[in-house]
Amino acid sequence: MNLEKVIFGFFIVLAATLNFGFFVGDIDNPAHHDIYELFAAIVVSLIATVLKFGDRTQIGAVQLSTSLAADLQLITAAMVWGYAVHVSPAGLTPEMTARIVSLSGGALFANVVSVVFLISETIMQRR
Amino acid sequence: MRPLPRHHSIIFLILRRLRTPLILLVVIMAVSVLGLTLAPGLPDEQGRATSLSFFHALYFISYTATTIGFGEIPFDFSNQQRLWVIVCIYLSVIGWAYTLGTVFAILSDRSLRQAINTQRFLRAVRHLSEPFYLVCGYGETGRLICGALDRLHYRVVVVEIDDDKIGETELQNYFADVPALCADARNPEILKFAGLTHPQCAGVLALTNDDGANLAIAIAAHLLAPRVPALCRAESREAAANMASFGTRHIIDPFEKFSEYFALALHSPAAWQLLIWLTGLPGTTVERHRDPPRGDWVLCGHGRFGRHVVEAMEREQMPVTIIDREAPDDFEHRWIQGDGTGAPALQAAGIGRAVGLIAATGSDVDNLSIAITARQLNRNLFVILRQNQFANHALFDAFDADVTMVPSEIIAHECLAILNTPMLVPFLAEMKTRDERWCQELLQRLTGRFGWGVPTVWSERVNVSRAPAIYRRLMRGASVRLEDLLRAPHRRDEALDCEVLFIDRDDDAHLILPSPSTEIRAGDELLLVGTLQARSEFALTLSNEYASHYVLTGEELPRGRVWKWLTRRRAEAERG
Repeated sequence: MNLEKVIFGFFIVLAATLNFGFFVGDIDNPAHHDIYELFAAIVVSLIATVLKFGDRTQIGAVQLSTSLAADLQLITAAMVWGYAVHVSPAGLTPEMTARIVSLSGGALFANVVSVVFLISETIMQRR
Repeated sequence: MRPLPRHHSIIFLILRRLRTPLILLVVIMAVSVLGLTLAPGLPDEQGRATSLSFFHALYFISYTATTIGFGEIPFDFSNQQRLWVIVCIYLSVIGWAYTLGTVFAILSDRSLRQAINTQRFLRAVRHLSEPFYLVCGYGETGRLICGALDRLHYRVVVVEIDDDKIGETELQNYFADVPALCADARNPEILKFAGLTHPQCAGVLALTNDDGANLAIAIAAHLLAPRVPALCRAESREAAANMASFGTRHIIDPFEKFSEYFALALHSPAAWQLLIWLTGLPGTTVERHRDPPRGDWVLCGHGRFGRHVVEAMEREQMPVTIIDREAPDDFEHRWIQGDGTGAPALQAAGIGRAVGLIAATGSDVDNLSIAITARQLNRNLFVILRQNQFANHALFDAFDADVTMVPSEIIAHECLAILNTPMLVPFLAEMKTRDERWCQELLQRLTGRFGWGVPTVWSERVNVSRAPAIYRRLMRGASVRLEDLLRAPHRRDEALDCEVLFIDRDDDAHLILPSPSTEIRAGDELLLVGTLQARSEFALTLSNEYASHYVLTGEELPRGRVWKWLTRRRAEAERG
């Protein structure tokens, strides 16, 4: 067992699970989507991205690109949230919530792809 | 040292090593922001507890962590929040200090810098789109040759084992960029990276001061790129024989070359002067020497160089007395045991009666000391000095020797003569068979016309790619005489400042110094000597239809449809 592999897998899966946790619930109901969960998803996703830096294999390169896509989606979602609460006069309306959650849904897809890669790499190595 | 494969770019190498500090920064920022959103703030007007939103917390931490520090925005902080901010400030300072420290450590890392330089070198070599020469060894010889090749507008790639000398390539004022790699040229992989197998590689020059390395380069060139000519420096006979055994075409032993020149100088001084004038480094002026006299000679130092010179003198039947500490292996020559630096040995060798002295030891100081002592004993001596270290050239310039033998210069001359004008070699061979008077007259005529500065020597082939205009004319059956061709393309009554020395015909005939009325044939290769301007003007005449028509007939060809039509009408009207 390799500690590096444990940490690597942990962060990738955690990024996906946190993202999922934020995503589930009614798409336009702010009460179903916790901001702390979004924050945690962003932080873990960033850490997962940094962990993927410098992996020299082809699969490593694709892993990095899925992570970057997830980061982009989640940070955009956070920016929309910040705009809704602090800039827009209407505040966090159901429309805004729907936007935020759908953006995080896109990130969730990228994270799922990342997890699929992780699993397929593990299966390929067979040890 | 191995360069990284193509897809491993440097940026990922750096990112890989920055993983820990980047994760640390992300964690510190996350913890700080999270803590700030949780810490209770001052109660609002209704007395409800408040706290910072993620937006404000991120804003505050961003300007605090980057030491900008706008203050407590948007509201004054409570003491709990301030307590947490103290923690955040110290955490972020640690994070940044660690990250920056790692970044600088990586940037100043020797292996990473070498990886970057290698990558840059590989890219530069890969993108070379014009013929280039691969020079292995950037010592004194390498520098001379790179300078001359650069002046002739050839590209050069340098491989050198000494890092300091690599730095020198950047300080030299070359016209073109010279990619240089610090590596051992004995490694065939390195030679491949430096472009040995590159389709534009025009030649390999093995100029290191190590015969073993030169041999390794010669073998690599022979096996990996058989079509690329290799020029190899060899200072020992064993290495030269070894290189010759597998077919290295150009082996340059500076000592042997010099003794060859010296034999020529003794045999036919004018031919020697002509050779030096024709093969000099571009942009230099040839010093005029007095001719080496015939008579008794004294040689000090019977080493690698001395042996070659003695052989040359034997061929010319010149009596020579050898001064050396050890007895020479041949006993045909008079031998004085001793040190040439002292007067007694020189006197014992008969310096008073001698006409010439060759100071050929491996030590520059000894050579100078021998020459000065000998000049004091006999003022009219013809002195040949061997200079081993280029750094001593000020001393050798100050002592006015008749000939100074500098190995690096001899190798450079020879390489340039081979690379630049391959046709010069058959001409020089032909010249050596002619008598002294012929050479003397040619030398006087050429130097009278072009001066003692080293002229431009080049060759032109009359074929469809190099001389399309003349070639098409010849194919139409027109006859072109040499004197009509060598005229200025802007004023045909002016002769071009150049002369044809040699014509190599397709049917293996050679014409040496062809007469002006010689008719050019398709496929001829001409060897010309003249000025740089004449070279470009002659190239214009050969390739440009209008220029060649004007030069040969004195008429301007009409360009464009309207003028052609007008000219034809006028010609028809004149005919009646």
